[in-house]
Amino acid sequence: MRITQGCFSFLPDLTDEQITAQVQYCLDRGWAVNIEFTDDPHPRNTYWEMWGLPMFDLRDAAGIMRELAECRRVYGDRYIRISGFDSSHGWESVRISFIVNRPTNEPGFRLDRQESVGRNLRYSTHAYAAERPEGERYADR
Amino acid sequence: MNMQSMTLRGKDRYKSGVLEYKRMGYWEPDYQPKDTDVIALFRVTPQDGVDPTEACAAVAGESSTATWTVVWTDRLTAAEKYRAKCYRVDPVPGSPGSYFAYIAYDLDLFEAGSIANLTASIIGNVFGFKPLKALRLEDMRLPVAYVKTFQGPATGIVVERERLDKFGRPLLGATVKPKLGLSGRNYGRVVYEALKGGLDFTKDDENINSQPFMHWRERFLYCMEAVNRAQAATGEIKGTYLNVTAATMEDMYERADFARELGSTIVMIDLVIGYTAIQSMAKWARKNDMILHLHRAGHSTYTRQRSHGVSFRVIAKWMRLAGVDHIHAGTVVGKLEGDPNTTRGYYDICREDFNPMQLEHGVFFDQNWASLNKLMPVASGGIHAGQMHQLLDLLGEDVVLQFGGGTIGHPQGIQAGATANRVALEAMILARNEGRDYVHEGPEILAKAAQSCTPLREALEVWKDVTFNYESTDAPDFVPTPSVAV
Repeated sequence: MRITQGCFSFLPDLTDEQITAQVQYCLDRGWAVNIEFTDDPHPRNTYWEMWGLPMFDLRDAAGIMRELAECRRVYGDRYIRISGFDSSHGWESVRISFIVNRPTNEPGFRLDRQESVGRNLRYSTHAYAAERPEGERYADR
Repeated sequence: MNMQSMTLRGKDRYKSGVLEYKRMGYWEPDYQPKDTDVIALFRVTPQDGVDPTEACAAVAGESSTATWTVVWTDRLTAAEKYRAKCYRVDPVPGSPGSYFAYIAYDLDLFEAGSIANLTASIIGNVFGFKPLKALRLEDMRLPVAYVKTFQGPATGIVVERERLDKFGRPLLGATVKPKLGLSGRNYGRVVYEALKGGLDFTKDDENINSQPFMHWRERFLYCMEAVNRAQAATGEIKGTYLNVTAATMEDMYERADFARELGSTIVMIDLVIGYTAIQSMAKWARKNDMILHLHRAGHSTYTRQRSHGVSFRVIAKWMRLAGVDHIHAGTVVGKLEGDPNTTRGYYDICREDFNPMQLEHGVFFDQNWASLNKLMPVASGGIHAGQMHQLLDLLGEDVVLQFGGGTIGHPQGIQAGATANRVALEAMILARNEGRDYVHEGPEILAKAAQSCTPLREALEVWKDVTFNYESTDAPDFVPTPSVAV
């Protein structure tokens, strides 16, 4: 399966040229670009690991693409996303977020159901990848 | 208009008998509204032969302290403070016989944080007042001091996006169809297909509550199975607006509590439940980390005609105060009423922290929202993937685009319909961010995206000629002059 988090997951994977254009869009609006990676794709996994701090002062898309290349070199077997953070009053949150790197194989999720009182069910989303320890989840697949 | 104050002062003012409203202190052309005043703008259409100034003064009087005759008990109060003051009357451009009346109300007239109290004055008895042919509340300026007494949207746009982990694009939804008759089990099927196919939300329709064909608990249980299955199938947060509208507050709380127990992220209510019930549900939603969707069922009975009723822009303001997170605010291009400029005004009221006066959008006052949460507008009714460039251009990014028929009516099924919408949306956002002239190149961008997406190709083919171009019944009346002060 293909997880569809982020802004462009229904399109074919973005080329570096396309990613550069989106990064430029963020920079043109004064947003800080952030690179994050994870090997836990659970939809409620909010805090992906940060590839350094958000790049508040880097105003050049090429520089950010170099950081992305470096992140891919180290964590190319994981999910990597780029986000644009808008610190202006009244927003102070992420403005855009999209996946720029995926593991070759995305095994997906199992839905666990726990039967409860009456007909109620307690649901739990279980990522197959997370059965292995962090750091080993996608390495040899 | 007559710019003289005609107010009687002292002993003469309180002589028993009937006195014209404009002589009682409800017409004060020299009055300077205070920053803390509530200001209402009415469109007043007096009966033939009624003096416009007197009619407008009467509106001020009847919506505040006045009765039909002089009463001595006014003298037991600081009456001049409590009288609403009509301070300006303008003829409505292009509408002979109608007048815009600006009326200021002292803040002490209103209970803190109560839409019911605010509206009981402003749209109370006065709308049935005999000397008027028609009366419409066009806009209101709500002072910051009053805004701060309201909770505002339970969640707000920013936190809603954070909870859903969805940024940078409009959210996508669909209303389950047919709106009546599906069993719980069949209903959940539609929800599952639509969410798995790529939508973020599905929605109960306004008149789905608890009927013989589907008891509400059946719907909630099957819908949450569908939501959770779709989440696991996509790795993405999904939601379905479970309509908790019911006959009593107790019933609504029971349904909302059940939705929470099942892990729903969002519940919905209909406007017809009334202002107090809406505020109660907003408090409940805030307390229970729930997004609160409002379907504006019933509003067209009083918002649609230009001459009489309440403008939807006022309803939108009240709903932002009352504390809902989503409100249907028009599509412009879809099947329901919506002049582009007027709709733009509604969207600004929902989403901005400050609305400057903009007569061409029907916004008559500067409105400061004092950091009250933002309200997500919802565009629903007769829209489809082929209009994506227009929708993005007209409605912006912070909006829920709801494609009901435009998802479920897809020739290859509901999942395909949902995928078509999602691909069209993502392709359009990508192109916009790349700096392309997406409004003009829209059809080309969609055609390109359809090359690698069969569902989108089919959607574009089926609905290629569908438009709803009818004359709007509610457009702003203004003359484009730069000098209009409050």
